[in-house]
Amino acid sequence: MSAITIPHEHEVSPGLWALAWRRLKADRIAMISLAIVAFFVAMMLASSLGLVAGDWSKEVGTNYATPTWFKDDVAPPPPPGTPEGKPQDDPTVQAEPHAEGKGAEDRKDESSVVDPLADVLKEVRTETANAVQAPVVARLETLPFGADKWGRDVLKKVIKGSETSIFVGLASAVVAVFLGTILGALAGFYGKWIDDVMNWFYNIFTSIPYLLLILAIAAVLNKKGMFTIILILGLTGWTGTFRLIRGEYLKHKEREYVRAADAIGASNTRRMFVHIFPNVSHVVLVQISILVVAFIKTEVILSFLGFGVPVDVVSWGSMLNEAQSEMILGKWWQLAAAGTTMAILVTAFSLFTDALRDALDPKLK
Amino acid sequence: MTAYIIRRLWQMIPTLLGVMLLVFVIFNMVGGDPAYVLAGKISNQEQIDNIRKQLGVDQPYHVQLGIFAKQVVTGDFGASWSTNEKISNILGTRLGPSLMVLVPLLFLETLLAIAFALAVAYVRGSLTDRAVMIVCTAGMSISILVYIIVFQYWLAYKLGWFPVQGWGNGFWENLFVYSSLPILIGLVVSIAPNLRLYRTFVLDEINQDYVRTARAKGLSDNTILWTHVLRNASIPIITHVMAGLPGLLVGAFLIERFFSIPGIGREVILAVERSDFPVVKAITIYVAVATMVANLLADLMYKAVDPRVQLK
Repeated sequence: MSAITIPHEHEVSPGLWALAWRRLKADRIAMISLAIVAFFVAMMLASSLGLVAGDWSKEVGTNYATPTWFKDDVAPPPPPGTPEGKPQDDPTVQAEPHAEGKGAEDRKDESSVVDPLADVLKEVRTETANAVQAPVVARLETLPFGADKWGRDVLKKVIKGSETSIFVGLASAVVAVFLGTILGALAGFYGKWIDDVMNWFYNIFTSIPYLLLILAIAAVLNKKGMFTIILILGLTGWTGTFRLIRGEYLKHKEREYVRAADAIGASNTRRMFVHIFPNVSHVVLVQISILVVAFIKTEVILSFLGFGVPVDVVSWGSMLNEAQSEMILGKWWQLAAAGTTMAILVTAFSLFTDALRDALDPKLK
Repeated sequence: MTAYIIRRLWQMIPTLLGVMLLVFVIFNMVGGDPAYVLAGKISNQEQIDNIRKQLGVDQPYHVQLGIFAKQVVTGDFGASWSTNEKISNILGTRLGPSLMVLVPLLFLETLLAIAFALAVAYVRGSLTDRAVMIVCTAGMSISILVYIIVFQYWLAYKLGWFPVQGWGNGFWENLFVYSSLPILIGLVVSIAPNLRLYRTFVLDEINQDYVRTARAKGLSDNTILWTHVLRNASIPIITHVMAGLPGLLVGAFLIERFFSIPGIGREVILAVERSDFPVVKAITIYVAVATMVANLLADLMYKAVDPRVQLK
């Protein structure tokens, strides 16, 4: 956007983008919300590059470690006498190493009969067992945002979750708006039977409620993954953009500048995308902005229900799902962390979208 | 009028055909052979073969499409793959509980949102107006999941004002005991966005010349707002309410799931979880029909509200 800013010494009247940017800069709320959104996007990038929260799945705290700033009135569970004794207090942690150890024992008995390397194997096993045992000792009682059932840092989970949710929101919004723009441009520009066919598609997709369509597709696709969900959201969410872009193209194709372009021999494609498209691109931008918010919300619901991202990927939705059962135990911090972070981002994004729409409104020029 | 309705019904046919085609592509072509889906659930090979024969999986696609079209026309979608219950029976028994929550919710929500919107629009630009808008924007940003989890925990589990979940047998018991918390949550979630939207509809009207004329005639503010402005603002409001109607049926699925209300929405989730394709297929088709009928009703209501509207 800033690349288009026109220096003031030239006597060129500022273009749409320069004007919009100037209006946006004057709007304090818009700038604050833009800063918040930028912060979230930076966090998403940093997290996807592995700079922060790369080790979110590490169990750094005790199970349900309380937030540092929160004094739990309820008496804490009996403090562990020795660091090694700690895991044994808790059945959830205890269960796994015990079962594994038992299994290893059984296997050793079997293998020693036939395996000449049994002694070496035993040595290796003891070593590994020691190596695995070690980090369990140093578990923190409190963490900035507390810990979840397994003792994973909620703050890191929230950061990792925002990476998933924002990426899915942005990517699927781009897919949906791209699809809507292309179809809308074709329908509006060519009219006639192409318009009829596109409108038929539009009617079909709008007569099935959005969420039902998404669930139906999710039911059929067994492959869970980020790209599946981006594809589902993108393929079902294009209708609003289509309607708006089609209307814009209907309006613009009769304008004089397009007729002039036709007269000098510009091809259909050139008129559609080189001449008309820059004049409707503000609609595209606002649509992306609107859809990002909608898709982030949808992704959270889908992941909550287990139809979204796979289990090994953390998202705000899967965090809320875990939080649901934690609430009954009075462990509210995961819910608060995921819910608040999402609310801050969505508020900032909605306010920014409103400001962007106002700034790009040609009527206000 | 009758001619108009008949023409509109006639125009629904291509759309319905399209919906059928889309559902067919999703479930029969992308979804593939149900034997794979069913393998884990139904161990009885004979039963699977029966279902395959019913769907005509071994036949070419046009024959399968014909079978599906017949199902749509006759309304007989067969039986659920999971419970073997007749689908018409499933839908019949699930519709009641859904409506029990949705009808009161829809009425209360629309009335409250309109009343608040008029009140806020009346004091537009004031501190109250801005404060309400900020609260609405913030309230809309919180995920519906958070509302449900917190309200269910706090109001039902902690304070014990409502049952945590469940569904009874008596009509009044369901309406006043089991539906009340779901309706309350529905109101909290839906009033904010609707209030914001209706406020802009009202503001579009409030600066019109006829409002000034009415004021010049000496009409009271209440009469102007409730009689003149509301009547003109009601066209976009009707569009919005009617357009959201079928979505509401499905959209309440989270609430139905959390509160174990045996409604359509919960049935959709269960069916998706169990890969119970016939149930999802049937609900999709019925909801699409409901959407088209709702759109038609909305257009007819315009005529009732605004005599200037020409039905063409």
